[in-house]
Amino acid sequence: MSHLAIDLGAVLLLALGLKGLSRIRTARWANGLAAAAMALAVVGLLLDQGLAGWPWMLLGLVLGSSVGAVVAYKVPMTSMPEVVALFNGCGGVASLLVALGASALPTPLGLLAVVSVLVSVLVGSITFSGSIVAMGKLQGWLPTPGWMLLPQRHGVNITLALLCLTSSVLVLNGLPAGLPALTVFSLLLGVGLTLPVGGADMPVVISLLNSYSGVAAAAAGFVVGSQLLIVAGAMVGAAGLILTQVMCTGMNRSLTSVLFGGALGGGATASGDGDQGYTSVTSCSAEECALTLEQAERVVFVPGYGLAVAQAQHGLKELARLLEQHGIEVSYAIHPVAGRMPGHMNVLLAEADVPYEQLIEMEVINPDFPRTDVVIVLGANDVVNPQAKNDPSSPLYGMPVLEVDQARSVFVVKRSLGSGYSGIRNSLFELPQTSMVFGDAKQVLLALTQELRALGVGKQAVGATP
Amino acid sequence: MSETFSLSEALWVLLLGSLLGFELIGKVPPTLHTPLMSGANAISGITLLAALALIGQAPTPALRLVGAVALGFALFNVVGGFLVTDRMLAMFRRRGPAS
Repeated sequence: MSHLAIDLGAVLLLALGLKGLSRIRTARWANGLAAAAMALAVVGLLLDQGLAGWPWMLLGLVLGSSVGAVVAYKVPMTSMPEVVALFNGCGGVASLLVALGASALPTPLGLLAVVSVLVSVLVGSITFSGSIVAMGKLQGWLPTPGWMLLPQRHGVNITLALLCLTSSVLVLNGLPAGLPALTVFSLLLGVGLTLPVGGADMPVVISLLNSYSGVAAAAAGFVVGSQLLIVAGAMVGAAGLILTQVMCTGMNRSLTSVLFGGALGGGATASGDGDQGYTSVTSCSAEECALTLEQAERVVFVPGYGLAVAQAQHGLKELARLLEQHGIEVSYAIHPVAGRMPGHMNVLLAEADVPYEQLIEMEVINPDFPRTDVVIVLGANDVVNPQAKNDPSSPLYGMPVLEVDQARSVFVVKRSLGSGYSGIRNSLFELPQTSMVFGDAKQVLLALTQELRALGVGKQAVGATP
Repeated sequence: MSETFSLSEALWVLLLGSLLGFELIGKVPPTLHTPLMSGANAISGITLLAALALIGQAPTPALRLVGAVALGFALFNVVGGFLVTDRMLAMFRRRGPAS
């Protein structure tokens, strides 16, 4: 029973690792701890069952680890959400394959094991196809087909769910053909459930699918009789649910409306990005923007996904450094769901060496906007939409937003007047204090930096503003 | 496969594991949401244990192959997940007084 001690140790370390991941000081260390716990669990299992079939183990080990490592190092920080979705889908497919394999073993399975196989196949398949669809949507490979926004899609999904149930009953009655059928129907169900979800809600879905993959792992634990696997799977499943809830709260959306409500403002998204009837929009050049910046005392940047897409975080840091040399107070307003995932912007700006203390969360910075001279919105849209506060007819109504409309002047750096990710018009663009600076975030920031240099900013000593 | 524990034991383990998960993630600073999700995702690759068990018990090469493919996918999830999480967290570490 020496492996029992190892198993218990591994569970303890995994729990400590997960706990430590929720604190900044310990997060990196905790991540390593969880990885070590995983290795320990593998050692415990191998001590227990021996090395029978080791060439196959080696094959899976070498291929999986090397491809995983390459992907982990190659992927740009901007694509983080997609990659998490991809990894997650592969975890789901692993649980699915194990369950299918276990059902093909010559030893007959008990009722508990058969039910576990069914759960593992169902949840594993949904996790897999759902994650892949989520990745495709985030990458922009998969548009939402129009019929998917019709209410009839619920009928399709309900039919698929019923087919899954029927196949499961067949398996329980000793019909082996039910299992491949269950696999196919649950894969389709994963697609059917994820495809209609609006792009802006995608992080929530990834988080939920992450929770599912924990459930699938726990079910696989029942199949192979591993308590360690059940504990770890259940733990991750529960933790994923909490995180999903946190994200929903941040967007003021309920989980049910995310899952079954379909894309926000669906009609507008389907018609592509027109100018959506904006009437009184002012636009200005980088030069004019730079002139206003030079006179400011307090500047707040609001980063969004557009910043990530344009890879403009380093350009932003450079501009901020210049402004600070000029004695201007610079900070960054971080909306909890800016970007494609909570914390997305923090990761991105940390990469550009922006000091952590300058990243200010929404609740803290909102009261400060009235005493802010210039706000520069970089590729963010829905998170600064004032209609979320004052227009009950807006689909965003009720979502907490950054109150940038309180600032003295607002510049919105954007490629075009196209709608945001959720396809909703933004009345901020029409306010008298708002000017649009059209262009790619990276290029606009570069132009701003050059204009400011031309104005002599950064050459004077700190505080030597006229 | 191996019936080393009873249904009731397994359900207790499931229940306590879930409660542990709910308790572990209480308050998380928004900064850490993405890394936490990514780290939790790596941990969910623990299903690699099931793949190893399958390979160990499989009587035919075909089933061992299924096990090996499952193991490959699970390890892709685990190794990739932990490394990518580490990459993200490495960026926070250079900060001076965090928290």
